[in-house]
Amino acid sequence: MGLTFISSIIFATVVAGTPLIIVALGELVTEKSGVLNLGAEGIMSVGAVVAFAVTHHSGSPMLGILAGMTAGMLMSLLFGISALTLMANQVASGLALSIFGVGLSAFIGKPYESIALASVNPVRIPLLSKIPVLGPALFEQQGLVYFSWFLILAVAWFLYRSKAGLILRAVGESPVSAHSIGYGVVKIRYQAVLFGGAMAGIGGAFLSVFYTPMWVEGMVAGRGWIALSLVVFATWRPGRVMIGAYLFGGCMITQMFVQGSGAKISIPAQFLSSLPYVATILVLVLISRNRSTIRLNSPASLGQPFLPDA
Amino acid sequence: MNHRKFVLTTLGGAALLASTFLSAAEPTKVGFVYVSPVGDAGWTFQHDQGRKQMEAALKGAVTTKFIENVPEGADAERIIRQLAQDGNKIIFTTSFGYMNPTLKVASAFPNVTFFHATGYKQGKNVGIYNARFYEGRYLNGIIAGKMTKTNIAGYVAAFPIPEVMQGINAFTRGMKSVNPKAEVRVIWVNSWFDPGKEREAAMTLISQGADMITHHTDSTAVVQAAEEKHKEKGTWSFSYHSDMSKYGPTAQLSGTTHIWGDFYTKTVKEILDGKWKATNVWGGFKDGMIKLAPINAAVPADVKAYVTKLQADIATGKAHPFAGPVVDQDGKERVAKGKNMSDAELGAMDYYVQGVASTLPKK
Repeated sequence: MGLTFISSIIFATVVAGTPLIIVALGELVTEKSGVLNLGAEGIMSVGAVVAFAVTHHSGSPMLGILAGMTAGMLMSLLFGISALTLMANQVASGLALSIFGVGLSAFIGKPYESIALASVNPVRIPLLSKIPVLGPALFEQQGLVYFSWFLILAVAWFLYRSKAGLILRAVGESPVSAHSIGYGVVKIRYQAVLFGGAMAGIGGAFLSVFYTPMWVEGMVAGRGWIALSLVVFATWRPGRVMIGAYLFGGCMITQMFVQGSGAKISIPAQFLSSLPYVATILVLVLISRNRSTIRLNSPASLGQPFLPDA
Repeated sequence: MNHRKFVLTTLGGAALLASTFLSAAEPTKVGFVYVSPVGDAGWTFQHDQGRKQMEAALKGAVTTKFIENVPEGADAERIIRQLAQDGNKIIFTTSFGYMNPTLKVASAFPNVTFFHATGYKQGKNVGIYNARFYEGRYLNGIIAGKMTKTNIAGYVAAFPIPEVMQGINAFTRGMKSVNPKAEVRVIWVNSWFDPGKEREAAMTLISQGADMITHHTDSTAVVQAAEEKHKEKGTWSFSYHSDMSKYGPTAQLSGTTHIWGDFYTKTVKEILDGKWKATNVWGGFKDGMIKLAPINAAVPADVKAYVTKLQADIATGKAHPFAGPVVDQDGKERVAKGKNMSDAELGAMDYYVQGVASTLPKK
């Protein structure tokens, strides 16, 4: 195996993992505030189609991302109204949003099905992209890839080093206590839900504008669900979300490289295809196997509605 | 009492009269069941093109209706039954998994004629139809063999079922027939439709030296990936299902395109004329059920001429993509010299021929 080979595996792994990281981190913040939004798949779909349409009409991928983000926020606002204001069951509201979003995106996307976007040139980081092997793999990527790295640091800092993050976690752990010392639980939860929606929208935009520059119905293909499960298996830790996403992407890409090498290895393709899921679950379960850390990290009030009259 | 009876009979008679009168004037209803959304390219899109062509050709005699995105399984039976109950006299079900539901509904509606695509179970009022896609694949392989610089072709495939195996093997045999050094590498993505995965697989093959790329999956992602890498790596593509030159204006060399319209028109006409008998159609170039996608101007004239001649020979039966000797990857002879592979053998294909570099995953 040549060095360019390793470089292209790492490159493809990072690309495949990026939408998962962005969406999962958004969901992580939402869940930390005690809200379980299962709508990621639907929000991503709507984000993808809106970002595609705007990029197509304006010619600007940047505007596309912003539009995808806004669409994601609007979708999550629907969830917020249903689950936070009207206090409907969160699981049911989220599932409904997923189904609704996938259908809505197909409806919006009908006129855009025959169009292909020009692929967007990657952003080269000067100096760093000159590093052998790792340079071309890590520092000649799309802007959103760098954004995903920034997001990991930002979310980790926000949750564990900032006061606002502390309040958010308090709301997720014990909304009654947070409420009784004067924090607006529902308002904070709304903000967390909107942030989650924005990130899912950006994740969808990454798929339709950068990853495969086109729109077709069903193109999110389950990535929203994978992002959701990553949050749980990563026990709500931003760093582990990244490990999980890259592990997942890495296994998928590596098994393709094994298949495509023409090497005489006879492993069932079905097994190879399931490998990313199995490996990710196994590794994340192993690093998070300590029960007390799970209990420590999982928001205590996750999925429970809060009635602010106490 | 008598009065009431009289009214009933008159009413009944009127209804009967009306219905015979209407059936003479009213067009026959034809229903289609699709497994995915119609979209803009792919398996279902080609069937829908065929439906439109048939409706236009038999204008006034038929009206058509389709239901898209019908999952294979219990839902399918409900929807096929619904179409039959709604008065559709001819129903086409266009995915393999509709086979048993179609037969089940067909036995309950003996006056409706059903057609099932790509299956193998017939009935008194159930015809089956499919196309010899491998004929087109063979010719695509020949173009690939002539055009490749790296002698490696990459193939993104969904599931190892006979139809997909026929395509891979025919492509490989075509490529090898003009370029003994050629090899074909296969990546299974285990999904008919996942643009992201299909694209990753194509990119993987390209980065491993394949400069000829094709696919047996349903999106346009592979053709688009080749278009993107064309400048840098000299990658070319072959489309499948639909002509995808819109997505690969520079890099698509040719492709295998499904044409259902002529078959639909002919069959529906036969039924309307009362001439149809339960049929099993497996048509290729000869029957116009497949077509090569336009051949790229980059292909030299002599290669184009060779392909055109071979296409005519395949249509007349003079040439066969699986003419013996057919040797599989392990060196076992599957078809002896001087014989062509039979349809039964084609339908049970579960091995790679020589020239495929990858190993087939064991069950």
